[in-house]
Amino acid sequence: MSTRVVLDRSDIARALTRIAHEILERNKGPGDVLVLGIPTRGVPLATRVAATMTSVEGVEVPAGALDITMYRDDLRLQPARALARTEIPPRGVDDAVVVLVDDVLFSGRTIRAALDALNDVGRPRAVQLAVLVDRGHRQLPIRADFVGKNLPTSLTETVQVRLQEYDGVDSVAISAGRG
Amino acid sequence: MKSHLLSTGDLTKGDALRVLDTAAELRSLADRPIKKLPTLRGRTVVNLFFEDSTRTRISFEAAAKRLSADVINFSAKGSSVSKGESLKDTALTLEAMGADAVVIRHGSSGAPHRLASSGWVRSSVINAGDGTHEHPTQALLDAFTMRRHLGDLDGRRVAIVGDVLHSRVARSNALLLSTLGAEVTLVAPPTLLPVGVSSWPVATSYDLDAALEKTDVVMMLRVQRERMNAAFFPSAREYSRRYGLDDRRFARLPDHAIVMHPGPMNRGMEIAANVADSHRSVIVEQVTNGVAVRMAVLYLLLSGADTTEHAAGEPTA
Repeated sequence: MSTRVVLDRSDIARALTRIAHEILERNKGPGDVLVLGIPTRGVPLATRVAATMTSVEGVEVPAGALDITMYRDDLRLQPARALARTEIPPRGVDDAVVVLVDDVLFSGRTIRAALDALNDVGRPRAVQLAVLVDRGHRQLPIRADFVGKNLPTSLTETVQVRLQEYDGVDSVAISAGRG
Repeated sequence: MKSHLLSTGDLTKGDALRVLDTAAELRSLADRPIKKLPTLRGRTVVNLFFEDSTRTRISFEAAAKRLSADVINFSAKGSSVSKGESLKDTALTLEAMGADAVVIRHGSSGAPHRLASSGWVRSSVINAGDGTHEHPTQALLDAFTMRRHLGDLDGRRVAIVGDVLHSRVARSNALLLSTLGAEVTLVAPPTLLPVGVSSWPVATSYDLDAALEKTDVVMMLRVQRERMNAAFFPSAREYSRRYGLDDRRFARLPDHAIVMHPGPMNRGMEIAANVADSHRSVIVEQVTNGVAVRMAVLYLLLSGADTTEHAAGEPTA
């Protein structure tokens, strides 16, 4: 099984900085913007993007986490999963521009579940999607607004995102076969 | 986790922590405007109650409904059971109706075990109290409440006081808490300790005052007059004086200690009204936590694949 690193620490940092600027540009500033990461690895990504936006604009951009486990469409196909924490910033999501953040966009099913989960928390003015890697193979009509890197893959390949917060290192690697 | 929840003795430490951690995440749902999750949509949960119970049945009903399951309540009164139907025939009826989980409370110890092992039903069986045997979800919610106040239970001291003999809550708690690493002491008059208590993973004591000062949790048990068919103690007054948690004893508890009671309480008997209403009493909170814990149990038993084999790696997305 061969593993190839496609993004290293500085590549990831640059991609996240660009995404932060793109979010600010698209929304004409940080007003009403709320960044929610999807556990596990979307959460530190969301925190980093929000921190960059905060330092660029000098205005605090709230970040949080949205667990989507209970909204998945494959719960009956796998053993029961452990739940992750949902943390909605005190401002709430009503009338906010919510930017969902995930590490890899693949089938799109996670994002569908996230939209359902968000719906139960409140009614955002708009929802946008930022991902570190888009590897293609969508099974639902979902696209990302902000993409760190488009990574064409075959279905047999595995994309592994490692982040400092969980894995002690920042990298995105692609490996052939099931890894 | 196993496909049934019959006894806390069946739970490994990992299983128990999994339920408690899941419940901790589900607990936050209680503060949200929409307290409902779509997770068990299309599943059916039957509450099969052969004994009267308000809080446990309502708690299970709320838990199942918050997970979007359909709930069928079946109580023995006014049902075909009062016409003499056997547990087996009732079970076969439920099976024909397509129940995914049966929550059973029964006056006979072992009835849930019979239901689960008989092959009458394919559904998950959850013991909601059987005779004087076990009441696992009550123990789980007690442990959950303790963890919220005290953190990790490893090495914590818990005194369970009162009518241990007739208490399924005591047995379930003793087994669960010792699995979680807590040191449990049962405090009761000799007549209210069950035969064979020496084989339980607990210490016993006849002296409440001696146990109080070094305990982190005091759990008072209800004196179950409806199960008392012999003279277990001379008088209610004497019991209350020796084993009741009154103001004087309450004052001697360590500052961080919490007071619990599975309800319903006999105020003035095993617990003084002032103590039950004090800020260190978590009795009302136990009820709120009960819904989260029962949601966690239903989620873990019902949501996963039917078989426990698997292993196929999940796609990242």
